[in-house]
Amino acid sequence: MQHTSTQDTLVGLFVASGIVGLFFLAMQVSNLTSFVDEDSYTVTARFDNSGGLKIKSPVSAAGVKVGKVSSIYLDPKTYQSVVQLSINSKFNTLPDDTTASIFTAGLLGEQYVNLEPGGSDVYLQKNGKIEITQSAIILEKVIGQFLFKSAEEKK
Amino acid sequence: MDNSVSSQDSLVSVRNLSFSRGNQKIFDNISLDFQRGKITAIMGPSGTGKTTLLKLIGGQLFPDKGTITVDGQNVHNLRRTELYNLRKRLGMLFQSGALLTDMNVFDNVAFPLREHTHLPESMIRTLVLMKLQAVGLRGARKLMPNELSGGMSRRVALARAIALDPMMILYDEPFTGQDPISMGVLVHLIKSLNSTLGLTSIIVSHDVHDTSAIADYIYVLSGGKIVGEGTPKEIQESDSEWVQQFMTGAADGPVHFHYPAKDYVDDLMSSGKRY
Amino acid sequence: MIQFIQNLGRNTCISFNKLGRSTYFLLQTMSGMFSVLGRPRLLLNQMYSVGVLSFLIITISGLFVGMVLGLQGFYTLSDFGAEETLGVMVAASLVRELGPVVSALLFAGRAGSALTAEIGLMKATEQLSGMEMMAVDPIKRIITPRFLAGLISMPILAALFSAVGIIGGQMIGCGLLGVDEGAYWSQMQANIDFQDDIINGVIKSIVFGFVTSWIALFEGYDAIPTSEGVSRATTRTVVNSAFSILGLDFILTALMFGDN
Repeated sequence: MQHTSTQDTLVGLFVASGIVGLFFLAMQVSNLTSFVDEDSYTVTARFDNSGGLKIKSPVSAAGVKVGKVSSIYLDPKTYQSVVQLSINSKFNTLPDDTTASIFTAGLLGEQYVNLEPGGSDVYLQKNGKIEITQSAIILEKVIGQFLFKSAEEKK
Repeated sequence: MDNSVSSQDSLVSVRNLSFSRGNQKIFDNISLDFQRGKITAIMGPSGTGKTTLLKLIGGQLFPDKGTITVDGQNVHNLRRTELYNLRKRLGMLFQSGALLTDMNVFDNVAFPLREHTHLPESMIRTLVLMKLQAVGLRGARKLMPNELSGGMSRRVALARAIALDPMMILYDEPFTGQDPISMGVLVHLIKSLNSTLGLTSIIVSHDVHDTSAIADYIYVLSGGKIVGEGTPKEIQESDSEWVQQFMTGAADGPVHFHYPAKDYVDDLMSSGKRY
Repeated sequence: MIQFIQNLGRNTCISFNKLGRSTYFLLQTMSGMFSVLGRPRLLLNQMYSVGVLSFLIITISGLFVGMVLGLQGFYTLSDFGAEETLGVMVAASLVRELGPVVSALLFAGRAGSALTAEIGLMKATEQLSGMEMMAVDPIKRIITPRFLAGLISMPILAALFSAVGIIGGQMIGCGLLGVDEGAYWSQMQANIDFQDDIINGVIKSIVFGFVTSWIALFEGYDAIPTSEGVSRATTRTVVNSAFSILGLDFILTALMFGDN
C-alpha cells in the first residue's frame, strides 16, 4: 500500500477538476443560469400560427431576452395556437397593448417571440393577455404568394 | 465420514478422494493422513496433481468424490465464512511466492494482519519484524518483490504465511529452482519453524534428497494412486520398482520416458500430415 | 455444413456461458461495495491509477477534438452564414456525444487495458489464489475498488473532456476565425439544455464507465493465466469495450433524444 500524500492530493485535484468541469458545463454552457429564473409571470398570447416556435424558445423585447415560452397548445374551439410566455419579473412594465410577433433569428435560425411595446399606461399583469399578435411567417406561404402574384402581373 | 483410529491424531485426513480434470483422472480414490505436529511430504513426478491436492485441502477446488477433513471440519461442506475462518489458520507457500507485486516486503507480510486484525500499526510493525527476523530478511523490508531473488521471495512468502500464527502450512514445491545455499536455508527454516511453532507441515515436492531429510512421513503418488508410503527410511528401502525409480531417478522404468504416442516408426512414415 | 452448425452451437453455448459467468462476477463485485466504502484508502489508490493517470490523455484529446470541431464547424456553418451558432454545434456534439463516447473509448484503451493486464498477471502469478488462501476475498479486495474507481472516474473524465473541448472550440472559433465571442457563448447557453443535454451526457458516461470497468475486470479475472492468455484478454477488453460503448451509445441516444 504505497499511498503517499502526493497521490491523495492528486486524486483530490482530479475530483475537484471534475466538479469544476461539470460546474462549467452547467453554468457557462447550458441554460441552467436562466433556469433559475428568480421570479417570472405568465402572459398568454394567441397566434393564428405559431410556426416553429418551441417550448423554451426565447422571448425578447428590443433584442433583449426577457423570458421564454413556457407552453404551447391548440385552442380546440378557435383553432388558434395559445402560447404562454414566462416573463422575468424585472420586466414588469410592459404596456397592455404590446404586440407579440414570431420572428426568425437569421435566415435559418430558430424562431422567437418578439415583444413590441405600445403606448398604453396600463401594464400587463400576471396571467394577462397580449391581444395584438402577428403570426409566424411561413416561408412556403410567402414564396407561394410571391409566385402567384408575379404570375398574375405577367398576364 | 471415516473415523478410523489412525485419523484420531491427524490434522488433515483425506478419504477416498477422486478428482478429474476434463477426461484426465488426477486422483483415483486415494486416502491420506497428515499427523499433527509432523512434516508430511507428498512426492511424485511432475503432473501427478500434487499442487491440486493442496488446492483441494485449501478448499479452492472441489473433489468429484470423497471427503477432506481439516481439524475435524469437512472442508467442502463449510460455508463461505467458515471456510475463510479455517483458511486464516492455514498458511500456504506458493511455488512462485505469490507476493503482491505492488507492495514492498514489509507490507506484504503485514497484509494478512491488516486484513484480518484491527491491531494498531505499532503492533503490526513489531509482529512483521518478528516474522521477518525468523526468515532472516528483516533488513530487506523496504525492497519490492521484483528486487528479490527467488529464494528471498519464498522466504518473504513464508514470513507472510506464518504472520497469523497458523496451525498448518502447506508448501508447494518449496525447493524447486533454488541454488544449494537457499535450498539449505529453506530446509532449515521449514524444519525449525515446524518444531518451534508447533506447526503441522505438508510439503509437496519432487526433490527426493532434501525432502526426505526433513519429512517425518512420505507419500509417493503416481498416476492418481499412492504407490508408496512410509518414513523416509522405509521409502528408501522400499522394494516397489516404481518407488525405486523415483528415488534413484532412473530415466526409464515403470514411468516411461516417453509421453504416450503412436508407434515411432509408423509415426515417422505417415508423411503428409502436419502433426 | 454439419460442422458449421456444430461450431455455431458450441460458440453460442460458450458465449452464453461467458455472459453468465460475467454476470455472476458483476454481482459478486457489487456485493463488495459496502466493505470498500468502509475502506476509502483502497478506493483512493485506484482512483489514482484509473482516474488521475488518464487525466492527461483525456484533456489533451478533448482540446484537440474541440479545436477540430471549431474548425470544421466554422467552414460548414459559414456557408449558411450561421457562424454565430458555432458554439451550439461544438457544445452539443461534445456534451451529447463526443464527450462521453470518445473519453470512454480512450478510457478503455488507457485504463481498461491496464486493469485487464494487471488482474490477468495477478492471476498468472498466483496472487489472487494466494489471497484466497489468506482468507482474503480477491473480488472484494482487488476487483471492487477498481470497479468503483472506474465508475466514479468516467463521468469526471467525460465532463473534463467536454469542458476542455468547448474551450478548444472557442480558441479556434473566436480566437482564430473571428466568431464573435459573445455569440459563441450566448447561443450555446440558449440552446444547450441542462437537463436534456448535460445530465444525459453524464448518465451516458456513467453507463460507459460501468460497462468498460466491468469488461476490463472480468476479462482480466477470466484470462487464461499465461502470457498469451493475458495479451488476448487485453485485446478483448479494448475490442469489446469499444463495441459496447458504441452500441450502447446508439441505444441511449435513441432513448434520450428520440422524442424531440
